[in-house]
Amino acid sequence: MTLEKTPPASADPSSPSASSLAWARRRGSVARFWKEYRTHRAGLLGLAGLAFIALIALFAPLLVGGDVQSVTNAPGTALEKPSGEFPLGTDQFGRSLLGLLIWGARISLTVGLLAAALSVAIGTLVGVIAGHYGGWFATVVMRITDWFLVMPTLVLAIVLATVMSRSIWTVILAIGVTSWPTTARLVRAQTIAVESRPYIERARALGGGHGHIMTRHVLPNVMPLVLAQTTLGISSAILTEATLAFLGLGDPLIISWGGMLQDAREAGAVSSGHWWYLAPPGIAIAFVALAFTLCGRAIEAVLNPKLGVAR
Amino acid sequence: MRDAVDGPVKTGPSGSAPTTSGTRTAYPLYVAGKLGGAAVSLLAVLVTSFFLFRIIPGDPVKAMTHGVPTSAEQLATLRKQFGLDLPLWQQFTDYCGRALTGDLGTSYQFHAPVGELIAEKLPATLLLTGTAVLIYSALGLWLGTRSAWRNGSLSDRVNTGVALTLWSVPSFWLGLLLIIVFSVGIGPVPGMFPTGGMESGDSSGFGYVLDVAHHMVLPVATLVAVGYAQTLLVMRSSLLDEMGGDYLTTARAKGLRDDLVRRRHAVPNALLPTVTMVFINLGHVAAGSILVETVFSWPGLGGLFYQALSVPDLPLVQGLFVVFAGAMILMNLLADLLYPLLDPRVGR
Repeated sequence: MTLEKTPPASADPSSPSASSLAWARRRGSVARFWKEYRTHRAGLLGLAGLAFIALIALFAPLLVGGDVQSVTNAPGTALEKPSGEFPLGTDQFGRSLLGLLIWGARISLTVGLLAAALSVAIGTLVGVIAGHYGGWFATVVMRITDWFLVMPTLVLAIVLATVMSRSIWTVILAIGVTSWPTTARLVRAQTIAVESRPYIERARALGGGHGHIMTRHVLPNVMPLVLAQTTLGISSAILTEATLAFLGLGDPLIISWGGMLQDAREAGAVSSGHWWYLAPPGIAIAFVALAFTLCGRAIEAVLNPKLGVAR
Repeated sequence: MRDAVDGPVKTGPSGSAPTTSGTRTAYPLYVAGKLGGAAVSLLAVLVTSFFLFRIIPGDPVKAMTHGVPTSAEQLATLRKQFGLDLPLWQQFTDYCGRALTGDLGTSYQFHAPVGELIAEKLPATLLLTGTAVLIYSALGLWLGTRSAWRNGSLSDRVNTGVALTLWSVPSFWLGLLLIIVFSVGIGPVPGMFPTGGMESGDSSGFGYVLDVAHHMVLPVATLVAVGYAQTLLVMRSSLLDEMGGDYLTTARAKGLRDDLVRRRHAVPNALLPTVTMVFINLGHVAAGSILVETVFSWPGLGGLFYQALSVPDLPLVQGLFVVFAGAMILMNLLADLLYPLLDPRVGR
């Protein structure tokens, strides 16, 4: 699962220094990675989609102005159909749906990125430590991981979101602490595979401690896998965020795509057939989730060509 | 929440590598080990469900009285009746003792035994999710096989692309959209299907079966659409793994038709990880159908969970949590036990 390995930098202190060699090696593997990634058309498509959404989220204040969320000075009347002034119509408070949609990108991306980062960080930490130390300690840690694996994740996230106060951090925390076990398992397996290689023995013989081996040798080698996991994790985090918001467990003061769907349902968009209210937020969620999934699959395919992902 | 769909299932069903040591006689030992593991997990679930829901804010006794003015004395009596005045550890031992005998407590809002409430709603959930899992597993297997066999072709790309797109769609949104298009009806499309529920209540016998089937079309379609990608991708990648196998070259060299090589030789081997997948999906769907059941007002466990959570109806939430987690433990166990029987290479 790792990138093609060059031999570890020699400890020779003479020119060029060990760290500059290490950096040259890293640059080399990134370049090789990109060369491979470039050949995956779906991956490039996903990347383009991500860039598009990221730009929209970044420049949302310029595109729609900061007061798009305001209920009191909403520009339109309630539940207007799409028109020249409001390309996607208005919600029950008279706010422009296009503006809300653009603004919602910020929340979806923030929550998705942070929750996935949290989940992958926990998973990597647990996986590397369990894989490195082994023995009864690892058994206990993996037993706990298994226990988290059988917990119905969505149910657990719903309960956590119910228990804690309604805020965006609650949602991030609820997603993060419930979705790490898959990463932990993968990282542990990879750690064990890496640690069986001769250069780890060499590092140990030269006096490398646990911390040194874990951070300098194991971590760089599990990083590509972690990257793939993160990318795939973001899309499911975005879906979970939308789900929690739809169930009314998100922050009611923040505009998010899931929250817009909840508003739409409450405004009776379903029974009155207002599909233009309901369709765009869902399409946006699916678009972002798909973009991250495509990138994640392309990264996985680069790391493990046997998966046979179509280019 | 759904896990990442990519990659073959490389390890055993519950993610643990099956024990590889031992001979044929080791199977009873293997079974005993898995049974023990499942029992420990179930105990852990009981502990979690008890303590997790104690931290839900809100006074259950106040919720029970539905805002009807009640004297402090009556509240105290209610607390005593539900055992809420006891110390926490005593509540816990009582709870475990009763749970082991199958008594999950009494619901605050329905004033009925939790076990009964769950038993009453269970068939509806089983019917809905069982049908959906059967359909999407079959669909995923079929499309996944076709995709892998013509790896890289246009149909492979279209198949995978469509599956991934549908997989990225939030299930509740797809459900709402289907309701708008096919139940409410837009433009030239008339409302063909009911907007929710399980029956219209005016038919019996064969008519009743048709009526329920009519109500099931949209929710099942939603679950299938968002769910089949996982089976497809697992089947596709595990068949791709098999396709380099020498035994396939041998089979072809014997002059077998391409179709036979695929059906008799490659697919049975590639099926194993997918079978595991189906079991794990069966474990997941009970909890996973919360959204679809809520959107379609399906009278099942998912809807009940949502209702219970808003009160909060502690015994009911706890009971449902145990049932959801128990379903996953049971299905993982079944997959673990079946796996060595299906594939002699592991577990014996």
